[in-house]
Amino acid sequence: MSLLELDDVKVHFPVKRGVLFDRTVGHVYAVDGVSLSVTAGQTYGLVGESGCGKTTLGRAILRLNDITAGHVVFDGTDLAALPDEEMRRARRRLQMVFQDPLGSLNPRQNIESILAEGMAAHGIGADREERRTRILEILERVGLPATALSRYPHEFSGGQRQRIGIARALVLEPDLIICDEPVSALDVSIQAQVLNLLEELQDSLGLTYVVIAHDLAVVRHISDVIGVMYLGQLVEEAPSDVLYAEPRHPYTRALMSAVPVPDPDLEDSRERILLRGDLPSPANPPTGCRFHTRCPWRQAERCDTERPALTDIGGGHRVACHFAAEIADGTLEPVRELAPKLLGAETPAAEVPAEVPADAAAQREKGERGEKESTTP
Amino acid sequence: MSLLSVDELTVTFTGRGTRDVNAVSGVSFSVDEGQVVGLVGESGCGKSVTSLALMGLLPKRGVRVGGRALFRTKGGGSTDLLTLGRSALRDLRGPQLAMIFQDPLSSLNPVVPIGVQVTEILARHRGMRGKAARDQAAHLLERVGIPDPTRRLREYPHQLSGGMRQRALIAMAVACAPRLLIADEPTTALDVTIQAQILELLKELVDDQGTALLMITHDLGVVAGLCDDVNVLYAGKVVEAAGRRPLFAAPAHPYAHGLLGSIPRLDSPRGEPLNPIRGSINDTIAWGDGCAFAPRCDFYTLACLEGAPALADLPGAEPAAHLVRCVNPVLNEAPGAGDADDAGADTESDTTKEASA
Repeated sequence: MSLLELDDVKVHFPVKRGVLFDRTVGHVYAVDGVSLSVTAGQTYGLVGESGCGKTTLGRAILRLNDITAGHVVFDGTDLAALPDEEMRRARRRLQMVFQDPLGSLNPRQNIESILAEGMAAHGIGADREERRTRILEILERVGLPATALSRYPHEFSGGQRQRIGIARALVLEPDLIICDEPVSALDVSIQAQVLNLLEELQDSLGLTYVVIAHDLAVVRHISDVIGVMYLGQLVEEAPSDVLYAEPRHPYTRALMSAVPVPDPDLEDSRERILLRGDLPSPANPPTGCRFHTRCPWRQAERCDTERPALTDIGGGHRVACHFAAEIADGTLEPVRELAPKLLGAETPAAEVPAEVPADAAAQREKGERGEKESTTP
Repeated sequence: MSLLSVDELTVTFTGRGTRDVNAVSGVSFSVDEGQVVGLVGESGCGKSVTSLALMGLLPKRGVRVGGRALFRTKGGGSTDLLTLGRSALRDLRGPQLAMIFQDPLSSLNPVVPIGVQVTEILARHRGMRGKAARDQAAHLLERVGIPDPTRRLREYPHQLSGGMRQRALIAMAVACAPRLLIADEPTTALDVTIQAQILELLKELVDDQGTALLMITHDLGVVAGLCDDVNVLYAGKVVEAAGRRPLFAAPAHPYAHGLLGSIPRLDSPRGEPLNPIRGSINDTIAWGDGCAFAPRCDFYTLACLEGAPALADLPGAEPAAHLVRCVNPVLNEAPGAGDADDAGADTESDTTKEASA
């Protein structure tokens, strides 16, 4: 059963210019038509690079950003159409864990006050004592000592602060938690602790997560279904194992080949797809398929003009590419080299005429390097 | 002798009324020409302070630097980077040593066009002026893959994207063909696809020019793809040093072992729980009292509290090939308990291959 259903959600930010009158001169198409559904008790991972709109989409679900168009249906109610006060009350069931744990905790409030604030706002717990009992229960759940109650955010380490952020969401007994980059600010050893905590909580409390992250490995670890975003659109969606085994969209393939894996043999042998250039501006997105400017398989005409729809190719795998099938079975060759050499050739202009010994040294080094390479297995 | 050999480097931050902080407490490693050496560790392990000490960029007041860092200069002599005077160091930075920083926006001057910042180096070290310098600067930007370089030279840092800023920074660092490049988290602020581009660029620089690269990072994935030798740092000391293959196949120090076990991997099956390291970096004891990692260690024994263990050969490894600072190293066990058996088999064949090479 799907708990959350997004239907063609759009979030456009106006770009304004002018001194006296703010004229709208254009829009940033941060989220441009995303439809997805999140099953109760599961984790939906949203992955993409900075500027792809994943955070904006997460915030739009909670209406922390205004939704320009589309529907966000949560448990039968369309949040996009809800009046503000009703939306505020609905937020008890939809909570968010933010990326920067220090930035999202008020430095002048102690932990008890931070956690009790939401409870008071939603009328949970009759009095202070009752709330405190509840808070202590949750603190224990997230692995914080009871002494944390009277302490302030700066007294905790990064991992502990993230636990406080999680506790703040949990005290309201939500059904859905949106985790925006929950571990990207943490060191790897702490990251693993927080990821394990999120999974434990899901198992024991039956929570539903939407996890937003740029780290594909983290998303794959925690998610049941993964959606890959590029420039405000979903380009591919599949169950986590399927996405890893057979990524179909060229962007997903490039993204996967770019994630470093802590295994030297795999690093040396795997296919590498290097994308050219940077992400185009979401204020002026490319026509047709938004990825066509960087796609190694770009075909003339169709990719530039026709926007591919997210089509189901079976097994809950949806992909938005005109040529996904052809690329997968190898009938469509990439139109340019997948991993072109980046370093331009050293032209004579770059040589240093005055420093002949340096060049000689460089030559010698090159020779040594060559020898070394030939001896390595 | 290697290009750079660092011997027992220590950096202590002192302050009136506060306890001294040993950010780096005895780090030794060496870098050869054309070699990529990695310094890996989590925040607070002293990796960035090490690089700043080598470049002479630490403030003079409130900092005590000890040990030696011998650098073989172009002429063939060697100098200690830690005792050099300011002007001697300035002559060295650029043509011999260069550094790439983590955050390209804060290491570029925001009110000066990119062109001026690149030609500055050419003027200082190569005596190039005017059009010659500008042409060379454009050429450098083009080489690191910045399209339309002549236009970019007139632009300010804020007009460039993150990846392009990092490229500009790399162009500045390699402007005088340095023999040692120190890269401090060069890709941390970038997206993965851009990170892949920058790492490929660094790899090509090392291959084409024989530049030695000291790579400082927290990302073990980056290390696995790029570095020849890896030094794992914890609380200001090297706890494990080995070639990348033996290290990743069988990390012997419990910290390195735990670190590899706690990374979610793209190729591991879903639902497999991670094995995080207990506690946080704050749970350390001073190296003088024993192993700093002991409070977080799963393999901790009473012997761990008898002073700092020495960095010694791993039992069963070639001499000096795999060093570990632990009295009770993890042997014959691959990180991640699930596939321990077949990974163990791989490990052996790998190490023998490495040894025979």
